[in-house]
Amino acid sequence: MTSFPATDEAVRIAAPAQGSLRRKRRRETLRNLAFLSPWLLGVGLFFLYPLFSTIYFSFVKYDGYTPPTLVGLRNWKYVFTDFPNFWPAMENTVWLVLIMVTLRVAFGLGIGLLITKIKTGAGLFRTAFYLPYLAPPVAATMSFAFLLNPGTGPVNNILGALGLPQPGWFNDPTWSKPALTLLAIWGIGDLMVIFMASLLDVPKEQYEASELDGAGPLRRFQHITLPNISPIIMFAVVTGIIQAMQYYTQPLVAGKVASGVIGGSGQQFEPGYPDKSTLTLPQLVYNLGFQRFDIGSASVVALVLFVLSMIFTGLLMRRRGGLLSAED
Amino acid sequence: MRRKETLHWVAVHSLGIAAALFFVLPFVFVFLTALMSDQQALTRDLWPKPFQWHNLIDVLNTPGFLTWWKNSLFYAVVGTLLAVTSSIPVAYALAKFKFRGRSLALMIVIATMMLPPQVVIVPMYLFWTQQLGMSGTLWPLIIPMAFGEAFTIFLLRQFLVSIPKEYVEAAKIDGCNDFKAMIRVIMPMAKPAISAVALFQFFYCWNDYFGPQIYASDNPAAWTLSYGLESFKSAHHTNWNLTMAATVLVMAPVIILFFFAQKAFIEGVTLTGVKG
Repeated sequence: MTSFPATDEAVRIAAPAQGSLRRKRRRETLRNLAFLSPWLLGVGLFFLYPLFSTIYFSFVKYDGYTPPTLVGLRNWKYVFTDFPNFWPAMENTVWLVLIMVTLRVAFGLGIGLLITKIKTGAGLFRTAFYLPYLAPPVAATMSFAFLLNPGTGPVNNILGALGLPQPGWFNDPTWSKPALTLLAIWGIGDLMVIFMASLLDVPKEQYEASELDGAGPLRRFQHITLPNISPIIMFAVVTGIIQAMQYYTQPLVAGKVASGVIGGSGQQFEPGYPDKSTLTLPQLVYNLGFQRFDIGSASVVALVLFVLSMIFTGLLMRRRGGLLSAED
Repeated sequence: MRRKETLHWVAVHSLGIAAALFFVLPFVFVFLTALMSDQQALTRDLWPKPFQWHNLIDVLNTPGFLTWWKNSLFYAVVGTLLAVTSSIPVAYALAKFKFRGRSLALMIVIATMMLPPQVVIVPMYLFWTQQLGMSGTLWPLIIPMAFGEAFTIFLLRQFLVSIPKEYVEAAKIDGCNDFKAMIRVIMPMAKPAISAVALFQFFYCWNDYFGPQIYASDNPAAWTLSYGLESFKSAHHTNWNLTMAATVLVMAPVIILFFFAQKAFIEGVTLTGVKG
C-alpha cells in the first residue's frame, strides 16, 4: 500500500525526464540531419540517382534522343563478346596494374627512403621530387609527348647521342604503355610524401636495438622498416590499382597528340592510338556514350568500372586492418 | 667511422642529384623549348638561340587563351569555395556526432571518393543538358560542389577526429551550440587542414579535363585551360615551341601556388594516407 504513492512519485519524475530525453534525441537527429544535409542531397542527386539510371540504361537501347526501348541483356552481350575494344582495354588495365602500379610503388618507396637519408638541402630535393605531381595531367602529358617524340624529342636525341636505341614511345604500340609509365613515375610526389611520413614514424628504438644486435642495413630494412610500413605499401598498391582503372586523361591526350589528330570540334578521335595500346575503360565510356551515342553499351562499361572500383575500395575499407577505416 | 659517414653522405647525395635530374629535366627542356624559334624547336638543339621571350606573350594573345584562363580560374575558385563550405559541416558531423548509420555514411563517402566520374557521367550529362539546358557551360561541374565533395569531407573528417572532444564540450559549457562551436572553436583549429583541402580542390578543378570535355567541348568560350591546351596543340601541331609555351603557362599557376603553400600541401597528402 505504501509503495503506491512512491511508485506514483517515481513515474511522475521519470515521465518528464523520458519526455525530455526523447525531445533531446529528436533535437539531435534534426541537428545531425542539418549538418549532413548538403551531402545527403548530393549523394542522392549525384550518386544514387545516376547509378540507378546507369543500371537501367544498361538494359535499354538508347541514343539520348529517341525514347529508350528495353533490350534485356543485349548490351551486356555486345560489350563482352562483340565490342572489339573492351578486352584490349581490360588487357591494358591489367598491364598498367602489374607494371605501372608496381614501379610507382617501388620508386615512391625508393625516393621516400632516399629523402629521409638526405641531410643537406633536403627541402630542395623534396620540392624537386614533388613538383611534377602538381603539373596538370594534360600539360604533363603534352610535355612528355614532346620530350619523347620519336623524331626531334630531346630524349631520343640524347639516347641517339649515347648510341642507344631510340624507341617510338607514344607512336609505337609496344612502347606507348612504357611511355605512360614513365610519365606516371615522374608524377610520384604524392607517394613520396606518404612513404616519407610513414618512414619517419618507424620507432627509432627498433633500429637502435637491431644495430646493437649487429644487423646490417638490408636486414634492418627487411625486418624493421618493411613490417612497419607494410600498411602504407598496401594503401599505395590498392589506390594505385583504383587509379589505373580510372586512367583517362593521360592515355587519351598522349594518343591524340602522337597521332597528330586535329582536335576541337569536327574531327573525332578514335581512342587507343597506336593500335588500341592506350585504351582504358573510362575512354570506352566516353567513346560509346558520347561519340557513338550507344548509351546502353556505355552504361555496361560504366558498371564494369563501378564493380571493379568498388571491389578495390572494399579492400581499402575492410573492417579489420582496413586502410581507410570508417571506424574511429 | 668518419670516413664511412662521408662516403655515405656522398653516395646518398649523388643518388639524390641523379633522381632530382629525372624530375627536374623535363621542366627544363619544356621551358627551354618554349623560348625557341619555330625552326629551332624542330632541331636537336637544347639551348634557345636567341631566347624568344615573346613566345609566351604570343600564346597569351592567342584568341581564346585568356578566356580559358579566366574560365579555369572561375571554375577553380568558385568550385573550391562551394566545396569547402559545404563539406565542413558534413565532416564535422561525421567526426564529432555519434549516430546510427555514421559508419555507413562514411563508407559511402569513401566509395564516392573512389568512384570514377565516368560511372555516372551519362545520366548526369542527360540531367544537366536535356533537363536543365546547361550544355556548353561549366555550371554542371560547379553546382554539384555546393553539395559536399567526398574527398574534402574525408580529409577534413580525418583531421577533425584527432581534435579532442573536450574542446567542443568546453565551448558548450560556455553557451555555444554545435554550429557555433564548429565555427568559433573547431574551424580555427582546423585551419591547416582546411587550407590543405582547399588547395587540393583548387588543383582538382584546375587540372580537370574530363568534366570540361563532357560539358563544354561544343562551346570554346567555356573551355578551361586544361581542355583548351590540347586543342591549342592541334591548331599549332608543328610548332612545338608555342605548344610548350602554352604548357608552361598552364603549369605556372599551380607551381607558383605550391611555393606559397608548400606546408599545407604536404600536410594534406600525409593526411590521406598515414593518419587512419
